[in-house]
Amino acid sequence: MSEQKAITTNKLTKKFGDFTAVDEISFEVNKGEIFGFLGANGAGKTTAMRMLCGLSLPTSGEATVAGLNVYKENEKIKRSIGYMSQKFSLYDDLTVKENMRFYGGIYGKSNAFIKQKTAYILDHLHLEKEANVLVKSLPLGWKQKLAFSVAVFHAPEIVFLDEPTGGVDPVTRREFWNMIYVAAAGGTTVFVTTHYMDEAEYCDRVSIMVDGRIDALDTPIRLKEKFNAASMDEVFLKLARKAARAAD
Amino acid sequence: MKQFLSFVKKEFFHIFRDKRTLFILLGMPIAQIIIFGFALTNEVKNAKIAILDHSKDASTASLITEIESSRYFEIAESLHSDADIQTAFHKGIVKMVMVLPSNFGNNLKHFNKAQVQLIADASDPNVANQLVNYASAIIRDYQKRITNNRQLPYTINTEIRMLYNPQMKGSYNFVPGVMAMVLLLVCTMMTAITIVKEKETGTMEILLVSPVKPMRIVIAKAIPYLLLSTINIFTILLLSVFVLEVPINGSLILLLAVSILFILVSLSLGLLISAGADTQQTAMFISLIALFLPTVMLSGFMFPIENMPTPLRVVSNIVPAKWYYNIVKTVMIKGLGVTAIWKELLILSGMLMFFLSLAIKKFKIRLA
Repeated sequence: MSEQKAITTNKLTKKFGDFTAVDEISFEVNKGEIFGFLGANGAGKTTAMRMLCGLSLPTSGEATVAGLNVYKENEKIKRSIGYMSQKFSLYDDLTVKENMRFYGGIYGKSNAFIKQKTAYILDHLHLEKEANVLVKSLPLGWKQKLAFSVAVFHAPEIVFLDEPTGGVDPVTRREFWNMIYVAAAGGTTVFVTTHYMDEAEYCDRVSIMVDGRIDALDTPIRLKEKFNAASMDEVFLKLARKAARAAD
Repeated sequence: MKQFLSFVKKEFFHIFRDKRTLFILLGMPIAQIIIFGFALTNEVKNAKIAILDHSKDASTASLITEIESSRYFEIAESLHSDADIQTAFHKGIVKMVMVLPSNFGNNLKHFNKAQVQLIADASDPNVANQLVNYASAIIRDYQKRITNNRQLPYTINTEIRMLYNPQMKGSYNFVPGVMAMVLLLVCTMMTAITIVKEKETGTMEILLVSPVKPMRIVIAKAIPYLLLSTINIFTILLLSVFVLEVPINGSLILLLAVSILFILVSLSLGLLISAGADTQQTAMFISLIALFLPTVMLSGFMFPIENMPTPLRVVSNIVPAKWYYNIVKTVMIKGLGVTAIWKELLILSGMLMFFLSLAIKKFKIRLA
């Protein structure tokens, strides 16, 4: 079954001492799907994502990523995923090209692959002129788009995006989502956390986390029907208000 | 391997792009050698003194000439009365006053006995001590010369030889000290900072999600600093041999080999610090306070360890620089071989194993 699923979890739990950050979450993500992972600050989104990426070991429960067990096949998972964190994650003092060459290099890609892919990305982002410019001199929106391109540089099966559009203007956000669609159309599964409810509408399916548990999981349309709401914003507010845990 | 090489290449980019830091890293040993070699020295040269000569005869004149012609003293003032002594010290120019009582020459000739009074400014006790010693030695020499022809009933002649450093140059002492200091600064502080920087900017997460093994990240980060430190060792050695004329009496290969051992200890310390620190500032503070200060104070290079109270002597044993400093002195200055430094080598190797395993353990815990 896991062959058709990009991600499966079964009662996945993470505890820090007495505090249960993620409380027995179970869900599945299909291949090629754009899966929105929503929740208020402190709901446990990032912790859940870190477990799936192999940055953090689960306390209990099961999970597979790209059909691989998160406990045992950690190293193999790392080769199959891409990751873009909340913080900006390129090297400021390296040029656009050097950043891509570096990330291609640490994923063990051949020079020919790196060269071809770099040219492709520069062309698509219209960054040919900036290829040899230090990343720190680029505007934030470009940096974010570049960071996404780097996260999918090695053509991973699944890409994890942790609030990728924070602080970015609406136009760039729209362009960013176009890039996500292109990646998903190419077969990459996209697992994305976000605060923007308009972005939630772009997802194929959305899960909403409250207090470490998944309270709702469905397509945006059906969630709106179920909660009798006009927008995802309303759905989210209805669920998040129940939260006992204070947002940080 | 390709993965590893792209990583090392990236580290070199970081270092070369940051011209200011690179300049400091390569310039620091040069600056330190020059400062220690020419400006900071605890040898006393041309100390200003004053003379109060009540006698003013041939004997006092020749003794004064003797004092003046030594390279230690410069006569800044001739005083005329006892009251002048206070004023001379108050002005703060002279460090010592030599008082020759009246009838000095007469007493010397007819009673075989004369007195000289040395009054020193002991607000700096070390300087006062040295000045008094130098002056006494000059007076002794003078006395020896005038009694030359006469047979004294009992005399003990002391024959002194200063081994390993016949000219008593301070540079023999600080070159090993500067080596320890520079290596520690470059390796420990810079490794700690460069790793913590990746944590701070968030790139560390990306690296940990990637298939790169954490240990490889660390090794790749250490390599450029290993190289820089080796360049620094060569700079220091070249400067000390050709500018300060401190010889390398022992084996150069042995000296380089132990330096690399010390570099590895420093790198593993830097790694350990980076595991505990979350910001670059913290990493820098820990490096400075926990490493740099003890290195300066407790390695024996500024202050002799033998003179310290027992608790400090015990603490000094955990300062890696102390052992390295001993090794460099033994190999470079005394010219001895491995047999003379096996104990220090063993201790440094032990420290390397301990720090490295602790650092690796901590690094892994952080991932869980």
